[in-house]
Amino acid sequence: MLSTFLSQIANGLVLGSLIALIALGYTMVYGIITLINFAHGEIFMVGAYGGLASMTYLLPTVITQRWYFALPIVLVVGALVSILVAVAMERFAYRPLRNAPRLAPLITALGVSVALQEAVRVFYPGATAAIPFPDLFIQGTLIIPIGDGVPIRYTGILLIVLSLVLAFGLERFVERTRMGRAMRATSQDRDVARLMGINPDRVIVLTFAIGGALAGIAGVLYGSYLNNINIDMGFQNGIFAFTAAVLGGIGNIRGAVIGGLVIGLVKALGGQYLPGGTAYDYVWIFVVLIIVLVFRPQGFFGETERVRA
Amino acid sequence: MAFLSVRDLVVAYGAIQAVRGVSFEVERGQIVSLIGSNGAGKTTTLRTVSGLLRPVSGEIVLDGTPIHTLPAHEILSLGVAHSPEGRRLFARMSVEENLRLGAYTRKDEAGVLKDIQRVYDLFPVLGERRMNKAGLFSGGEQQMLAIGRALMSSPKLLMLDEPSMGLSPIMTQKIFDTVKELRDAGTTVLLVEQNALSALALSDHAYVIDLGRTTLSGTGRELLADPRVQEAYLGEAASA
Repeated sequence: MLSTFLSQIANGLVLGSLIALIALGYTMVYGIITLINFAHGEIFMVGAYGGLASMTYLLPTVITQRWYFALPIVLVVGALVSILVAVAMERFAYRPLRNAPRLAPLITALGVSVALQEAVRVFYPGATAAIPFPDLFIQGTLIIPIGDGVPIRYTGILLIVLSLVLAFGLERFVERTRMGRAMRATSQDRDVARLMGINPDRVIVLTFAIGGALAGIAGVLYGSYLNNINIDMGFQNGIFAFTAAVLGGIGNIRGAVIGGLVIGLVKALGGQYLPGGTAYDYVWIFVVLIIVLVFRPQGFFGETERVRA
Repeated sequence: MAFLSVRDLVVAYGAIQAVRGVSFEVERGQIVSLIGSNGAGKTTTLRTVSGLLRPVSGEIVLDGTPIHTLPAHEILSLGVAHSPEGRRLFARMSVEENLRLGAYTRKDEAGVLKDIQRVYDLFPVLGERRMNKAGLFSGGEQQMLAIGRALMSSPKLLMLDEPSMGLSPIMTQKIFDTVKELRDAGTTVLLVEQNALSALALSDHAYVIDLGRTTLSGTGRELLADPRVQEAYLGEAASA
């Protein structure tokens, strides 16, 4: 009993950290340009395919057979592919709509999302079905000796640790550095940020790039943990991540992480213990979202809008 | 040649022309005011000088360089700081962070620290509460911070939009005294004010803007004595 419960906690934390990494991109982009970038899930997806392509077509076996070479390289390739797609998306799809009514970029985001899925399906060899993805970290499972033993794969541990380290690093960057301060300023009042000498275009590109890097890393880790990827992975996990960002308070970094972990745990524990099993885990996620938003519409860490004088 | 020279400026929001022919000059080391009633186009003029808005026609020349086609962040680098109407502080950031943002384009850390200290000397209340969030301050204190933030870029031209708005007469006096001190220390100031009486008393030169056009100009003293100004603006200011 105890070990079942604890293994579901472990599952939830792994999934939650993954969702948190994706949610950071949603929340940062929203924070700067108040756009829900519905194509962000696809940035996560192309990162996984980019990473896999480097494994399959580029790297020699002498590298792919040693995880301590392969893992960092594939993570970097996945991150770079996602950064490239995210920055191009901003430049060509969203920037021309900067001053358009808010519905226009939102619909564009949905269009970009479909376009990216289809592009991968058409151009990536074999992407019409799920493609196997190698485990890039130390193979095997650690049994935590509690009760009958709680199993967690090493890749799962890597996912949790790396996500938390990246999220912590991001928060430090935004809170402590000059560029981070420029991001917060742009988020609070773009015109006044310009009066401080900040170029908002640069801040916005940087925001998309950071969100892209995290999503690309998440994509590679996802493939590595689940051992196969498909073109729908961005849509499914994008919905979870978007929900996590809203739950935590959109625009807030810590909120995205906590929101992601809560959703991971609800999905794992709800699938185990609540009626309907895993078939209903989506339902429990949105039940939690609705309950939280009824009592705290701004999410866990969101700030209520204050009217400026 | 004047330090800042604005000629025949026309600015529109969509189809509505807010400014339809504003011309004025600011000499180095002076306090120059733009006065006029609400909606006359004063704020729009300042926002165009600082690059937040693009003029439909006309010219803005700073120290011989036309700047009306440059983006706002480049105009700041040329030495123009703009403290906007309503103060517009970064309310969720501390006093110190607001000041650091004012110095965003500067690379000389030692000079920035010195200037932060200079702002705290100018407004001791800011130094005492340097870690507090800007949104928690009173209107007067926020105005001090807004001016301090604008000073952090070490501007050659400081533009203040309605610095007396919402302040008590004592606080207004304190802010205007500070503006005078800044001028005496060599900063050129372009001031937009509805409080015409105080602004004119302070100004070396002033322009009246009415319905988007500059209609009168003169030294502060001349305009104070001008019956047209007295009738249109000073009576209103005194009774407000």
